[in-house]
Amino acid sequence: MTPAAYRAIDCDVHPHVPGTNVLLPYLEPHWVEQIVDRGIHSLDSIAYPPNAPLTARADFRQEGLGLQSLQRQVFDRWGAQRAILNCLCGVQLIHNTDMAIALTRALNAWIAAEWLKKDDRLFASIIVPMQDMDAAIEEIEHWAAHPQFVQAMVLANGESPLGKRRYWPLHRALEMHGLPLGIHAGSSYHNPVTSLGWTNYHLEDYAAQSLGFQAQVASLVTEGVFVKFPRLKVVLLESGVSWLPGFIWRLSKFWRGVRRETPWVDRPPGDIIRDHFAMSVTPFDGPRDADVVRKVIDQIQSDEFLLWSSDYPHWQFDGDAKMPAGVPESLYAKIMRDNPLKLYPKIAATRTEAVR
Amino acid sequence: MTGRSRHVVARVAEIAQGPCKRIELAGRAIAIFNLGGEFFALNDRCPHEGGSLCKGKISALTVSSQPGEYNWTREGEFIRCPWHGWEFDIRTGRSVCDPRTMRTRLYDAHVEHGGDVIEGLAAGKLLAAESYRVSVEDDYIIVEI
Repeated sequence: MTPAAYRAIDCDVHPHVPGTNVLLPYLEPHWVEQIVDRGIHSLDSIAYPPNAPLTARADFRQEGLGLQSLQRQVFDRWGAQRAILNCLCGVQLIHNTDMAIALTRALNAWIAAEWLKKDDRLFASIIVPMQDMDAAIEEIEHWAAHPQFVQAMVLANGESPLGKRRYWPLHRALEMHGLPLGIHAGSSYHNPVTSLGWTNYHLEDYAAQSLGFQAQVASLVTEGVFVKFPRLKVVLLESGVSWLPGFIWRLSKFWRGVRRETPWVDRPPGDIIRDHFAMSVTPFDGPRDADVVRKVIDQIQSDEFLLWSSDYPHWQFDGDAKMPAGVPESLYAKIMRDNPLKLYPKIAATRTEAVR
Repeated sequence: MTGRSRHVVARVAEIAQGPCKRIELAGRAIAIFNLGGEFFALNDRCPHEGGSLCKGKISALTVSSQPGEYNWTREGEFIRCPWHGWEFDIRTGRSVCDPRTMRTRLYDAHVEHGGDVIEGLAAGKLLAAESYRVSVEDDYIIVEI
């Protein structure tokens, strides 16, 4: 069965930012001059080097990576009905706080004007300037009512673990507006991507992303973010899936012995994770063996955890986007449609047609 | 009840409040606790890996309704397994981490006067070690297994 048959929501696609020049119309003159005079042509990072195979599949790249190409692939060819844009542009790397805020604002304005306004099947994450909490809240307040901004997005490897109290204003604002916190693979490179220090190679960098995700999950749970903000949801994007059951087990097991250190965590971490987190399915990080994939899904112990995603235009698969092999067909409707619609009520509101 | 037996295990004065007393009954290790004059007998085997609960630390239960809040409750009523720190409610034998399925057995324990104990032993309703001497002036802890 195809995404079209389920009227799927593609929960992780990436709009291509050709260069900082596209953001200039959305910047104050001071920042236009700064960008132009300094020759800041792009904000690409080593997370997604522009010419790396992962960054864009060869045939997608050949077609061009603009709006029309995305529409052709995701909607026309694969048959998704809605898609969520998670824009990967290295605004998180910028150290100059004011420049970071200005460029992040411009990026969100560009997403709204150049993508969302041109196709009402598209939705997007608000990119959050984590360099400054006040600005982060302001940015969320600015876009929260927009019908097509459905979550906020930060990178898995940012300045600090996201459960820390300094980030609670962000969680409070997101809970209030019913917007999930999306955590996407990537790094601000303000810290090394591993706790051992800087790595040398792209492979290490990408593989290490799951460690950052693990640290974020552990932080959000143990700091008691979901006790404080019980309606907050967190979505792990392009995180890989197969590491999760082992990590849930490890976190829950050790919690039993040190529970009293964080007495507000009053039930097993695995239960909290299942209630508050969701995860996009691509990449799954599993073998082709369907039995293994099925076991991983069983071990997650929730039908409501996974969200379908193509991760367009990243090269995660060949041919057409589909469900990773081994995901039981009985879960397709939930993963492709019901789970995303539950998590993103704004998308549900735009689907007037009767649900099959 | 059929199959159960009632044993004289100690004089009340022998089991101080605070530390746990470990006894062996019919091949079973049993941990006896004195909570302000109330006695509790737990199977002295952590259901996790089998650590001796009696060798663990007796403490309170820290509970919390929100991050940063630490409420110290029921001091002296929880035992922590010395091996991996799992906590158990001395009054019920239930673990804190998984109270529904992870528990150590709680045996019935109560106090009887020496006179009644002597009668019980004579009638065969109570059991004690052969050399065990019971005095009418003392009170005794009876554990049913």
